[in-house]
Amino acid sequence: MAFEGLSQRLQDVFKKLRGKGKISEDDVNLAMREVRLALLEADVNFKVVKDFIGRVKERAIGQEVLQSLTPGQQIIKIVHDEMAALMGGSESKLTFSSRPPTIFMAVGLQGAGKTTTVAKLGKVLVKQGRKPLLVACDIYRPAAIKQLQVLGEQTGIPVFAMGQNKPLDIARASIEYAKNRGCDMIILDTAGRLHIDSEMMDELVQIKEAVKPDEILLVVDAMTGQDAVNVSDHFNSQLGLSGVILTKLDGDSRGGAALSVKAVTGCAIKFVGMGEKLDALEPFYPDRMASRILGMGDVLSLVEKAQANIDQDKAREMERKIREQEFTLEDFLEQMQQVKSMGPLDELLGMIPGMGKKLKGMPASFDDKEIVHIEAIIQSMTTDERRNPTIINGSRKKRIARGSGTRVQDVNRLLKQFEESRKMMKQLADISKKGKKGGFPPMNFPFN
Amino acid sequence: MALFKRKSKKNQKEVAVEEEQLVQKNEELTQVVETEADAQTSIVEALVDDDVKKKSKTGLFDKFKQGLSKTRSSLSGRINELIQSTKKLDEDFWEELEEILIQADVGVNTSLELVEKVKQTARKKKISDSSEVMSIIADEVREMLNYEGAELNLQAHTPGIIMVVGVNGAGKTTSIAKLAYMFKNEQQRVILAAADTFRAAAIDQLQIWADRVGVELIKHQEGADPGAVVFDAISAAKARKADVLIIDTAGRLQNKTNLMKEISKIRKIIEREIPEGPQEVLLVLDATTGQNAISQARIFEEATGVTGIVLTKLDGTAKGGIILGIASELKIPVKFVGVGEGMDDMKAFDPEVFARALFEE
Repeated sequence: MAFEGLSQRLQDVFKKLRGKGKISEDDVNLAMREVRLALLEADVNFKVVKDFIGRVKERAIGQEVLQSLTPGQQIIKIVHDEMAALMGGSESKLTFSSRPPTIFMAVGLQGAGKTTTVAKLGKVLVKQGRKPLLVACDIYRPAAIKQLQVLGEQTGIPVFAMGQNKPLDIARASIEYAKNRGCDMIILDTAGRLHIDSEMMDELVQIKEAVKPDEILLVVDAMTGQDAVNVSDHFNSQLGLSGVILTKLDGDSRGGAALSVKAVTGCAIKFVGMGEKLDALEPFYPDRMASRILGMGDVLSLVEKAQANIDQDKAREMERKIREQEFTLEDFLEQMQQVKSMGPLDELLGMIPGMGKKLKGMPASFDDKEIVHIEAIIQSMTTDERRNPTIINGSRKKRIARGSGTRVQDVNRLLKQFEESRKMMKQLADISKKGKKGGFPPMNFPFN
Repeated sequence: MALFKRKSKKNQKEVAVEEEQLVQKNEELTQVVETEADAQTSIVEALVDDDVKKKSKTGLFDKFKQGLSKTRSSLSGRINELIQSTKKLDEDFWEELEEILIQADVGVNTSLELVEKVKQTARKKKISDSSEVMSIIADEVREMLNYEGAELNLQAHTPGIIMVVGVNGAGKTTSIAKLAYMFKNEQQRVILAAADTFRAAAIDQLQIWADRVGVELIKHQEGADPGAVVFDAISAAKARKADVLIIDTAGRLQNKTNLMKEISKIRKIIEREIPEGPQEVLLVLDATTGQNAISQARIFEEATGVTGIVLTKLDGTAKGGIILGIASELKIPVKFVGVGEGMDDMKAFDPEVFARALFEE
């Protein structure tokens, strides 16, 4: 997950502040020096860092903070607020034209991920009930048109291409085509270009003037270094950007570009690319991202994901089973599959407050493969075994291991885990029976 | 939750191992400092050598200079400004110098190190006037980038195998086309392998390039097993007695464990077929990348044994300062740089020329 490194460094800095009852000006200065280094190492633009530190210091050294009861917490809150403000405050939505077709235009450097993003964006719009048309205006890169066509096929979104014609003509012609085909949206995929290539930049300006797009979205690679600001500044001054899409945020970059681009261009980040799959484009919430960077978790996004992916009825049924202790391995499997449908595990865990830090240094991906193994083991059991795991003896274990391509140890481990989670559920069920009287038992987090 | 218990235990072990490696690395670093004196002499030799080669290099030098014009104006240009505005070498000067380097993506640690070295040299030579600092910086940069093994190691065996790896959008496919063009011009028989079977139309893109350059491409369908493509390509390269086989792989972010395992597997397939191969594993890096490039280099190196770096898109405003960071932290040589969109805009990297283009007027 992006920001991990930055998050780690910042949390270490704040850990020192948190415990203190009194914080002197020197403490603040020392902490801010470390914050400054952490941000610079995360590729946040130099000037942005300077301003940011200045603002935080000014607010932190004010009387009320230093003399409050929990000055450490106060400072973290200031950093959080300033960071959210830096990234744009609240979520910013796309603008749609009142007279269709609405036109979006994706621009950016080579290799930022424009073509993929255009297809992903199309998919987001389809989900909103719109009918987008993808337009291949990249006539320069070999097979760029073909790439968009393949992506169109994969997403079921129509693609308009006119071979090697002038991009300006293609853009113009696409409007008529969209109207005839009943599409209410056009997304133009333009060729990647250097912001200092004036000839190529002119081409974009011409397209802009001809088709008057409702959104001009700059696609920026989240791994970009200090140059991110230069690039977006150039594109903005020549085209007047309406927003930014950050790609490859699922890498382990520290995401400094995200923190800088808004501050410099004033253009909000509207979406972030979170993976290679075509539905991995998510709206960007600056405040939630700030929470995640500071290790406060992002419960809101987690809840939203759960709501979008988990069947309410099934969840209720599951709850009943847990209460009445009828929870079987079959349910265990089903629950696991539901969690899996919410996205990669490590990303989900990163959203739980306090968890991001516990995960530090874990193998980079919490292997979704692990779940595949568990699935295979459970699927290799008979129905009886799933409902009543106690009947699984040595020879059954051997059979299950063979059937699932795992080892007997793996089967044992799974059974043990299942037993443990059953115990935990029993505890939880007991509490809810007794009401709040008993209080919450200490949860068995393996990380503590 | 208990599911992860095992992993966290394993993780502690890994941390211990990592710490050990860190200690080792520190020791290595001290050794490097000791050998610097040797390096100095080799630079002198290189300079003499350079005079001889100068004729053939002027074109290259111009190209670099041109490609780096933006870098120059922001890096050496800014250092010059600083030198002119601050005559005395005081703390402010050094701090400002640090800032300039950081803004060129050199990275905090490397910038601090570099400034410290320059400071010491200046002190040793009793320099107090800022105007002489520029040449010291240029020297230090040259030294940082100058190490053994920058030449391609392909001559010894046929076919020489080059495996090209990198994150998404770094410019792998285009770089391969430029490399193929370069080898073709050297009268070498080149075969390309389209082992990026994942990205939409990646195979078509490489096919178009192969046609333009006029070399053969071994390919399967989209979604095919990249290992199978590599296997076939090696057989073809052997059968047709090719001099060079260049393998294109799918872009992958280095923190995707499974994809990194896949690429290690591709390397193993090559090793199995040609024990001495792949002679070169080139990591393609986008010059606009910031500090993440170090993570890229480190993890790709672990997974595939990277032998060199191809730095692309150096013709933008990106400063490519990350090369210095990689040089000081990982010691992986830069072998080629992409300085334009033309097919012949791929140049063998020469630290001497690079440092000169970066700092000379």
